[in-house]
Amino acid sequence: MRLLKIIAEWLDKRVKLGADLRETMEHPIPRRSASWWYIFGSAALVLFGLQVVTGILLALIYVPTAGQAWNSLQALDHSVWLGWFLRAMHGWGADFMVAVVLIHMTQVFLFGAHKYPRELTWMAGVFLLLFTLGMAFTGQVLRFDQDAYWGLGIGASIAGRVPGMGAAMVHLMLGGPIIAGATLTRFFTLHVFVLPALLGGFIGLHLLLVLKLGINDWPMPGRLVRRDTYLREYEEEIHRDGVPFVPYAIWKDMLFAAAILIAVAGCAIVFGPFGPGGFPDPTIIQASPRPDFFFLWLFALLALLPPQMETVMLLAAPVVVIGAMLLLPFIAGEGEKNWRRRPVAVLSLLIIAVSLAALTEMAQVAPWSPDMNAWSGDPIPHSELEARSPLELQGALVFQEKQCRNCHALGQVGGQRGPALDSVATRLTQDQIIRQVLQGGGNMPAYGKNLSPAEVTALVAYLETLHPSAQAPAQDASRKEAEDAAKDRPGQSP
Amino acid sequence: MKNEEGMSRRALLTKLAILFNALVGVVLAIPVAGYLISPLVKSRNYLKWVSLGSPEDFPEGQTRLATFLNPTADSWDGATDKTACWVRNIGSGKFQVFAVNCAHLGCPVRWFPQSGLFMCPCHGGVYYADGSRAAGPPPRGLFEYPWEIQNGQLMIQAGQLPTLSTKA
Repeated sequence: MRLLKIIAEWLDKRVKLGADLRETMEHPIPRRSASWWYIFGSAALVLFGLQVVTGILLALIYVPTAGQAWNSLQALDHSVWLGWFLRAMHGWGADFMVAVVLIHMTQVFLFGAHKYPRELTWMAGVFLLLFTLGMAFTGQVLRFDQDAYWGLGIGASIAGRVPGMGAAMVHLMLGGPIIAGATLTRFFTLHVFVLPALLGGFIGLHLLLVLKLGINDWPMPGRLVRRDTYLREYEEEIHRDGVPFVPYAIWKDMLFAAAILIAVAGCAIVFGPFGPGGFPDPTIIQASPRPDFFFLWLFALLALLPPQMETVMLLAAPVVVIGAMLLLPFIAGEGEKNWRRRPVAVLSLLIIAVSLAALTEMAQVAPWSPDMNAWSGDPIPHSELEARSPLELQGALVFQEKQCRNCHALGQVGGQRGPALDSVATRLTQDQIIRQVLQGGGNMPAYGKNLSPAEVTALVAYLETLHPSAQAPAQDASRKEAEDAAKDRPGQSP
Repeated sequence: MKNEEGMSRRALLTKLAILFNALVGVVLAIPVAGYLISPLVKSRNYLKWVSLGSPEDFPEGQTRLATFLNPTADSWDGATDKTACWVRNIGSGKFQVFAVNCAHLGCPVRWFPQSGLFMCPCHGGVYYADGSRAAGPPPRGLFEYPWEIQNGQLMIQAGQLPTLSTKA
């Protein structure tokens, strides 16, 4: 122990940071701020450290060339001892990172820590969020499997929608005319050099500001933030009831950070690494690209936006959203801090959270994507084939062969792009079914050119049988009248 | 020594040093900027004519998948230089060659000959056999490559990823 003390003093005489370090560690914070609610920021920092370390370790093997990336990942997964574990830690660490950053941002927002004088801290945090999402996107590109390859194409197509500069943006993003070697290397550079440097710089700024301005005081309902009085009130509070950061607050930070690391390791061991998926050969067109978890909401949004407004939304929405986030401390920089007195804040947060959760959940099912193999892999349930006439059975064959099942389910098996057709005969009359098949409508294409009249007859005959046995099929209200009038026998169906 | 009317020699030399650094910075920035925008400078030469094989490989009335190597292929691109396209023979020696990239956001479309439809797996876009938009989020029909028959070979002018801003 005495030796350590001698070494510490030797260092301190030369580095001369000891006094500053001690002052920083023991700087007073409001007693109530040493709370479990405040641990998410340090958890994000620890996760960043984890990602840097695991990233460096992965870079010992990973080859960022279009020709070899996938192979090097296979080597990591199967040939390098515990390579799968490192990959899994890095992948799950990324998921946890996005989640923790969002939770931290939510907590900061609900506790009013974006208000005076912490506006710059908040703005630095918004940039950190953007850089984190940038790391998430570039990171999943580096996996360079089919999801990554086609995902790059999606990114380039979005860039191509910028008016005027679209072509230039596409070629800059891809590093050339197509997704090729130059694309992967520039995403590698972004992910390993540019974004981490920006992250490091902004984290430094963010932490410096937190230290200089002090941890946010516990938001009390009724205690308003005013620019001319806040600083003095804060000083009074930490003088009256301040506690040193170390050890009052830091033990909670450290405990949660350790718990987060264990959670990441647990997910890594139980669920394993992410992919890589299929080999990124562009001529393998049987690909169903999907983004990683943190971008599933965007996948759902791109499927559900009406085509006419899509370009405008894609280009304008990020500007509006990011602008709103950056300007928030200037719109709501004073006043109540406690969420109980801020209904607009709570409501906005709820709407955003529910929307993101709903979009993410839908994207995991992706009902808008046709089930490409349903027409050949999902037979019609037996119950829907019993007691059918030969014409109706022929119609069932047409129904199967023309890829109807890719979008329409029967017996809960098949695509979900269109409505399930188990009881279509109760919703549409025969004329309506014929019209829908021939002319399409909504998300359904017109089949008129691809079906012969005989096929249409058989198909409609079969569809007309799709109703619960206890329920009559839909009938045109005027049809009975017309048929009766034709037969000149009122009151009896033909 | 400070002159009452002008600046000291020291201040002048400092200003000159800053000016010189700024000059060097600008001179160095030009080639660096050129390096960064090099994908844009070459863009006029990206499109070239490539062969898809003999027209006999694509029977009349059918739509078949063809593959070709991108003209800007490099040895370090791995398999990404391979590009696929759908070739439709509409009779009387006429063809339509579609890019596999959906016009919505670029996912690979699949052809179903039984129903005569191209279906996209990502967001539900559908196209008819002639490439026109049938349903879903795509804002237009499939991208088409210019084609020609040269020396008994079906040639297309290709070379860049087709998007709403970059022609196939």
